[in-house]
Parts: sequence; structure tokens; C-alpha cells
Amino acid sequence: MIYLYAAYAATWTIHITYLAWVLLRYRRLRREIYELRKAVR
Amino acid sequence: MKRAFPVFGLLTLVLLSFALYEALIGAPTERTMGEVQRIFYYHVSSAWTAFLLFLTNFIASVVYLAKKNSKADAVAAVTAEVGVLFCSVVLVTGPLWARPVWGIWWTWDMRLTLTLVLWLIYVSYLVLRRFSTSSQTAVIAAALSIFGAVDVPLVYFSIWYFRTQHPSPVIGRGGSLDARMWHVLLINWAAFLCFAFLICWSRYRLERLRRDVEETQALEALLEPRGVR
Amino acid sequence: MSSLPTITKATLAKDLRLEWRSKDVINAMLFFALLVVVIFSFSFNPTAEESRQIAGGLVWVAFLFASVVALNQTWARELRNQVLDAFRVSPAPANALFLAKAIGNFLFVSALEALMTPLFIVFYALRALGPGWQLVPVGLLGTWALVVNGTFFAAMSIRTRSREIMLPLLLFPITIPALLAMVQATSAILTGEASAKFWIVLLAVYNLVFTTVSLLLFESVLHAE
Repeated sequence: MIYLYAAYAATWTIHITYLAWVLLRYRRLRREIYELRKAVR
Repeated sequence: MKRAFPVFGLLTLVLLSFALYEALIGAPTERTMGEVQRIFYYHVSSAWTAFLLFLTNFIASVVYLAKKNSKADAVAAVTAEVGVLFCSVVLVTGPLWARPVWGIWWTWDMRLTLTLVLWLIYVSYLVLRRFSTSSQTAVIAAALSIFGAVDVPLVYFSIWYFRTQHPSPVIGRGGSLDARMWHVLLINWAAFLCFAFLICWSRYRLERLRRDVEETQALEALLEPRGVR
Repeated sequence: MSSLPTITKATLAKDLRLEWRSKDVINAMLFFALLVVVIFSFSFNPTAEESRQIAGGLVWVAFLFASVVALNQTWARELRNQVLDAFRVSPAPANALFLAKAIGNFLFVSALEALMTPLFIVFYALRALGPGWQLVPVGLLGTWALVVNGTFFAAMSIRTRSREIMLPLLLFPITIPALLAMVQATSAILTGEASAKFWIVLLAVYNLVFTTVSLLLFESVLHAE
């Protein structure tokens, strides 16, 4: 039974870690866009 | 288009929770393996999703080489990444299932080895993309993707023969699957497909945005020294 | 406009002459393979019976590592004076360059194998219990399998940062079936327990497939800009 929960937990941990990583990159990109806009102005 | 994304996201969330409920409570308990067998629903649906993503990656790579379409390249990059993600899930849940059922974490059985090799190939693909410096990334990545895809049947045959020569103690999931279990498996697969599509979609938008930003930055760098303003 | 065989021959002759004068690659490769052999014999403590089981693996892993040394040098020479750019703008067929490089590497690695095999026989007291002549096709096909992919991936990895690290990362995962075939065939012949036929056929198919794919894709990789 513990293995079952471990497997389900592991699956979601991997997915959520990945999503968090994507989100992090997105935020970094947003900052870059913001700085570009500022530079252009 | 803008509205479709949150709607689809909500739909996926509902489907995923329903699939989780079905996998944990709805599906009948397997007779010999017991509760642990429920890992199956996540394990197999992730595997199928991963293989489908790798197939998409291959097709996108061929399209890119034929048409030099930068959208196809972005699709290839994204599907390889998400494919590796799902393949990792398969490789993590596999041993967690094997341990209570077979008593061992890992065995060099056919499917396990094939999945591991596939994972290695696509990780090397991602490493190549990461390390590649220039504008030729897309072409060499597409070439590597084709090499990888061509390699898969060869890996399959070699491991197949390797294993029939040295029979392993592992028994595959022989026998037919209960109809109710099939049902739950397909629901889970559908949920994971939607989830994968959702991730790919957002990741694709991110990739396109990143490219636009890079282009703008390059332009900016060109204009800067002359003091245009 | 010169034809493919002529240019292949010219490029190959140039590479061989350069190598003959400097002997950079073959020396580095030989010493590297020697080191691998010695380190292996420390870590495995081979007795004649055991070593027959694992020798196939040892031999090919040593050759694989040594050939990476050669493959990394394949294009380095051409980068130095922008020779590759000159080739890119010339009307010569790209595949001639690829074939010349692949054949050159094949010759280097074969020479290495010819020199190292007696050493392996001495160090590990090897004797083939199966049909020994089959080692020749296994050796030739296996070497070509390593070299054809390696030459192609070396051409890809010169476009990346830290290209020396990149090559094995690309080469090893794709080569897994070929490596498995070489090791299994060699072990089967040495122990005489099983037939190596399937593995030889698999190697031949592998070579055929990857030679074709390399020739089809090399032009776009070379001209990628």
C-alpha cells in the first residue's frame, strides 16, 4: 500500500516540479520583456 | 484562443481528479497483486503518453527538415521535453511497482530496458539543445531526433534477442485485463493526454515568447552602439 | 565539377597524409586504449575462465572510449583555418567529405584494434572456443558502426559549447544496440556457447540504416547556418 501512495506522490511531485520550473522561466522571461520595453522607451 | 486555454485547463483538472478517483477507488482490486496494482493506471498511461510525445517529436523534426518551419522546431523541442518528463514518471513508478510485486527494484527486462534507452536518447537530445550555441540548433536537433527514432526498432530487436537468450525471472502482465480495468486505464490515459497537451501548449507559448524576446534582444544589441535614439 | 569518389579520395588521402606525418590521433588513441586495458585488468582480476565471459565487453568498451578520442579530432583540424567554411561554399558534394572522414576514422580505429587485440589476448589469456573467423566481420562491422555515427555526431557537436564532452553524450545512447550486438557477438564467439549469427546480421542492418541516414542528413547539417 505504501508503494502505491509513493508512486502516486512521485508522479505528482515530478509534474509539479516541472510546472514550477516552467513558471519560473516564464517569470524570468516577463522580466526580460519588461526591461526591453524600458530600454526601448 | 485566449479563452480556450483556461477552459481546457479546467476540463483537464476535472478529468484528472475523476481519473484519480477511478484509479484509487473505482477500479476493482487485482487478485494477486492487491492494491499495488493500482500504480498500473498511472504507469501505463504515462508510458503511452510519453511514446506518443516522442512520435510527435519525430514527425515535427521531419517536418522541420523538409520545410524549415520554425514552429515545427518549437513543437519538437517542447514534445521532447514533456516526453522526457512523462518517461521519467514511468521510470520512477515502474520500480515502485516492481519492488512489492517482484521483490526487486529493477530488472533488465525488455520493456524496462527499452524505456530506459529511449529516455537516455531524448535526454541527450535535450542536452544537445541546451548546449548548442548558434542558430543551427534546430537543424542538428532535428537530425538527432531522426537518428533516435531510427534507433528505436534496432534497440527493440537487440534487447528482444538479448532477453530471449537469457530468460529473466520476470513475468510480464500476461493474461487479459478486466473490462472495468480497461475502462479506468483509458480514462486515466485520456486525462494524462489532456494534461500533456496542456503542458505542451503552455510550454510552446513560452518557447515562442522566448524566441521573440531573443530576437528583440539581438536587434536591440545591434541598434544600441550607434545611439539611434 | 568533380565527382563524389574523386573528392572522397582526395580528402581521404589528405587526412591520411596529415596523420602519417603527425601521428597525433593514433598515438593518443593507442595510449588511451592501453591505459583502459591496464585499468580494467586491475579492477576485474581476470582469470582465464571468467575473463572469457567478460572479455567481449572489456574489448569493446576500450575501443569505444579510444575511438571517441579519434572522433573528437575529426573536425578539429578543419575548423582551425576555416577549411570547413571553404568546403561549405565549394560546389563539392557534402557527402564526399563525410565519407572521407568516416573512412579515415575507420582506418584509424581498425589500426588501433589490430594493435590492441594481441595485447588483450596476452593480458586476458583469451582463446576463441567458437568459430574464431567470425570475429573478423564482427570487428569490421562493429568498427564501422562506431565510426559512422561518431563522425556524424562529431560534425554536430562542433556546433556546441564544450564539444569534447558533447560527442560521447550523443554517441553512447544511440550506439547502445550496436554496442550490445558487438559485445554479445564477441562473447558468443569466445565462449562458443551460442551462435553470433543474429548479432552479425543486426550489426549489418544497423550499419546499413545509419550509413543511409547519415548520408541523407549530412548535407543539411554541414550547411546549417
